Amino acid sequence: MRKVKEFIIEKLIFLSGLASIFFVVLIFLFLMKEGLSVFKTISFPDFIGGNKWYPISEPAQLGIKPLILGSLLVTLGAAIISIPIGIGCAIYIAEVAPKKLKEFLKAGIELLAAIPSVVLGFVGMVTLVPFVKSIFHLPTGLTAISGSIMLAFMAMPTIVSIAEDALYSVPKIYKEGALALGATHWQTIYRVMLPASSSGILAAVMLGIGRVIGETMAVMMITGNAAVIPTSILQPVRTLTATIAAEMGEAVVGSEHYFALFAVGIVLFVISFAINVTADIFLHGERK
Amino acid sequence: MMKKTYRTQKIAFFFLLVATLLIVIPVGIIVVIIIQKGMPGINWEFLSDIPRKGMRAGGIFPAIIGTIYLVSGAIAFALPIGLLAAIYLSEYSKDNLLTRIIKLAIVNLAGVPSVVYGLFGLALFVVFFKFGASILSGSLTLGIMILPIIITASREALESVPYSFREVSLSLGASKWQTIRNIVLPNAISGILTGTILGLGRAAGETAPILFTVAAFYLPRLPQSIFDQAMALPYHLYVISTQVPNVDEKIRYGTALVLLAIVLFMNLIAIVIRYQLRKKKKW
Amino acid sequence: MVTKINIKNLNIWYGNSPAIKNLNIQILANEILTVIGPSNSGKTTFLRMLNRLNELELSFKMKGLVEIDGKDITKIDVELLRKKVGMVFALPLPLPLSIFDNVAYGPRMHGIKNKNKLMEISEKALKEAYLWDEVKDRLSTSAFKLSGGQQQRLCIARTLAVEPDIILFDEPCSGLDPISTAKVEEAMVRLKEHYTIVLVTNNVKQAARVGDRTAFFLSGELIEVDKTQKMFTAPFDQRTDDYIRGIFG
Repeated sequence: MRKVKEFIIEKLIFLSGLASIFFVVLIFLFLMKEGLSVFKTISFPDFIGGNKWYPISEPAQLGIKPLILGSLLVTLGAAIISIPIGIGCAIYIAEVAPKKLKEFLKAGIELLAAIPSVVLGFVGMVTLVPFVKSIFHLPTGLTAISGSIMLAFMAMPTIVSIAEDALYSVPKIYKEGALALGATHWQTIYRVMLPASSSGILAAVMLGIGRVIGETMAVMMITGNAAVIPTSILQPVRTLTATIAAEMGEAVVGSEHYFALFAVGIVLFVISFAINVTADIFLHGERK
Repeated sequence: MMKKTYRTQKIAFFFLLVATLLIVIPVGIIVVIIIQKGMPGINWEFLSDIPRKGMRAGGIFPAIIGTIYLVSGAIAFALPIGLLAAIYLSEYSKDNLLTRIIKLAIVNLAGVPSVVYGLFGLALFVVFFKFGASILSGSLTLGIMILPIIITASREALESVPYSFREVSLSLGASKWQTIRNIVLPNAISGILTGTILGLGRAAGETAPILFTVAAFYLPRLPQSIFDQAMALPYHLYVISTQVPNVDEKIRYGTALVLLAIVLFMNLIAIVIRYQLRKKKKW
Repeated sequence: MVTKINIKNLNIWYGNSPAIKNLNIQILANEILTVIGPSNSGKTTFLRMLNRLNELELSFKMKGLVEIDGKDITKIDVELLRKKVGMVFALPLPLPLSIFDNVAYGPRMHGIKNKNKLMEISEKALKEAYLWDEVKDRLSTSAFKLSGGQQQRLCIARTLAVEPDIILFDEPCSGLDPISTAKVEEAMVRLKEHYTIVLVTNNVKQAARVGDRTAFFLSGELIEVDKTQKMFTAPFDQRTDDYIRGIFG
C-alpha cells in the first residue's frame, strides 16, 4: 500500500519536473498556432521590414520595422544607462561597501526589483515625463528617452544581483594573491576580479537587456506609443511589447490584426529565448 | 607613484559609490513620493467601497478582492507543481541531458516577456479552452509565470538541507519519499515559503499577463465565480492613470500606494523569514 | 560460529576507478570485525556496500556476490536490508529533531505509530547505548543540545531502535575526545552479545582494543584478515606489520 502511494507520488514528481519544458513548448506552439496565420496575407520580409504599422486601416499594413526600431532604441538607451551604473553598483556592493551597508544596499536593490512595473510607469508619468518635457523644451515628455531612463531602473536589479554573484564567486585566492603582490584594492578589482568574473557579468548584462526588451507596462505608459520609425530619442516611439498590450484588447479574435499581434509575440519570444540561452551558456557553460 | 595609485583608487571608489547612490536614492524617492501623496487618499471608504462616478470617486475594493483571487489561484496552481518540480531537480534528477534541458526551460520560462504570457493565456485558456476572460484564465496564466520563481527558490531550499540527513534517514531503512517527506521538506520549509511569497508578490504586481485574460476595465461589483471577470489593482492603476481623464491625484496615488504596500509587504515577510532562517540554522 | 555475511569475488568501481578489488571475506555472527587501512584503501566503500548506501553514488558499479544470512543483498528490498543492517556514521549526525524523535524516527518509518510502543522501544535503545540516564529527563529537547559523545551514542541508539542484526560503524569516534571514545567503545563491546558488528576505524589501537578479528585493506585489496591478537602480534604480511607499527598510512 505504502509502496503504491510512493510510486504514484514519484511519478507525479517526475511529471512536474517536466512541467517547465512542457510549458515552454506549449507557449511556443500556441504563439505559432495563432501567429503564423498572418503570413498567409503578408510575406515574412514585408512583416519584419515593412515601414508602416496601420493594423486597422483597409487594407491593413502590418510592417513591424517601426516597432522593432522603437524597441531597439529604448533598449539601447536603457542599456547605456544601466550597464555602467549597474556594474559599478555591483562592484561597490561586492567589494567596497562595509558589511552593514552591504545588507542595506542589497535590500534596496531587492526593493527596486519588487516594485511592480505599472507603479514605476505611473511614477515615471507623473515625475519623469514632465521633467523631460521641460528640460528639452518638447511638446511632450512621452519620449524614447523617458522610457530608456525608466527601463534602466528595471534592468538594474537584474544586472546588480547577477554581476555581484559573479564577483562573489571569484575564488578568494585570486584576490588574495593579487593583494599579496602589492596591488591596491582597486587594481585587484580592475585587473583580477573583473576579468575573472567577465562571463558572469556579461550574462548579467544580457539578462538585464532581456528584462528591458520584454518590459511592457512602464514602456507603454511613458514612451508615447507613436508607431513611426524613430529618428531621435526625444521623440515618442512604440515598442513591440507596448503594441501587443495596447492593441490586443481591441483586436477581434481570428482577425488579421489578432494574428499579427501574435506574430509580434513570436518575435519577442524568439528574442528572449536567444538572450536567455546565451546568458545561460555564459553562466554555466564554462564550468563543464 | 604609490600616492598616485591610491588617488586612482579613491577616484574609482568614489564613482562606484555614485553609481550605487544613483540606484538607491531614486528608489527611496519613488517610495517616499508614493507614500506621501498616497496616504491622504487612504481611508476606510477607499479600501472598502466600490469605484463610483466612472472611477473618479469611491474606492478600490473590487480591485483588491480581484487581485487576492488571482494571486490565490496562481499560487494554488503553481505551488504544487513548482514544489514537486523542485523536488525532482534536487532529489531525483541525474546529471544528464534531460536535467540540462529542464534547467534551460526554467531559465527561459523566467525570461519570457510578461506580455507574451498574456498572449499565451489568451490563446490557450481564453480561446482554446473557452474559459473566456475569467479569473480562471488569469490565475493559470499568472501561475505559469511564477512557476520558475517557485521552482528556483524551492530547489535552493531543498539543496541546502545537508546531504548527511538524507543518508541517515535512508540508512535507518526509510524510503526515499519518507526521507523527503519527513526530513528534507520540514527543513526546507522556510526557503520554500520565501519563494512562494516572492511569487505571490510578483503575481500581485503584474499587469500585462492579465490584460487580455481576466482584467475588467470597470466592474463595480465582486466577481461571482472563477469564470467571472474581475478588476485587479495593477490594471486598475493603469486604467485610472492613462485611460480615464481627470481622476483625482489622491485616488491615483492611493491606488499606487495600496499596490506597492501589498507587494512590498510580501517581500518584507520573505526577507524576515530568510533572516530568521539564517539565524536559527541548526547545522 | 555461524557465517553472517559472505562476500565472494566482490569488485566495486566509481566510474572507471576501482575501489574494491576481488574481495572475499566472511563475517561471523556476534563478532566485532574491525577494518583498518590507510585512507582510500576501500574500507568505507566496503562498509557502505553492506547496507547498499553506495548505490546513492551515481557512478557506482559492482560485480560479485554479497550474502547476508545466505541471501543475495541486491535481491532483498533495500529498505528491509537497511533496517536489518544499521549504520553509525563518522561524525555524530543527529537529525534536527528532539532526542526522542531521533530514536523513534526509524520505528516510525517502519509503520509503528503507537506512542507507548515507541516510548518503550526508545527507552530500550537508549539504555542499550548507555545514554538513557543522561537524557531521560529531557527527551523532548533538541538533539543538537547534547555533547558530541552523547550525540554519537544517540546515533547508536537510533540505529538500535530499528532492531538490526548487524551494525556498521564508520570511524564512529573520529570526532570524539578520549573519554567519549571510551564510552562508545564500551557500548560497542557490550552490543556484540546481540549484534554482529563491523567497525571501520583509522585508529589502530581502537581496532586492537575492541576487535575480535581485524581485516587490513590496502588500495582496495584485502591484505589479510585474522584474529585481532594474532594480527597485532604476528601479522602474516609485511605491509600489515608496517601499517600497524605506523610506518606508513
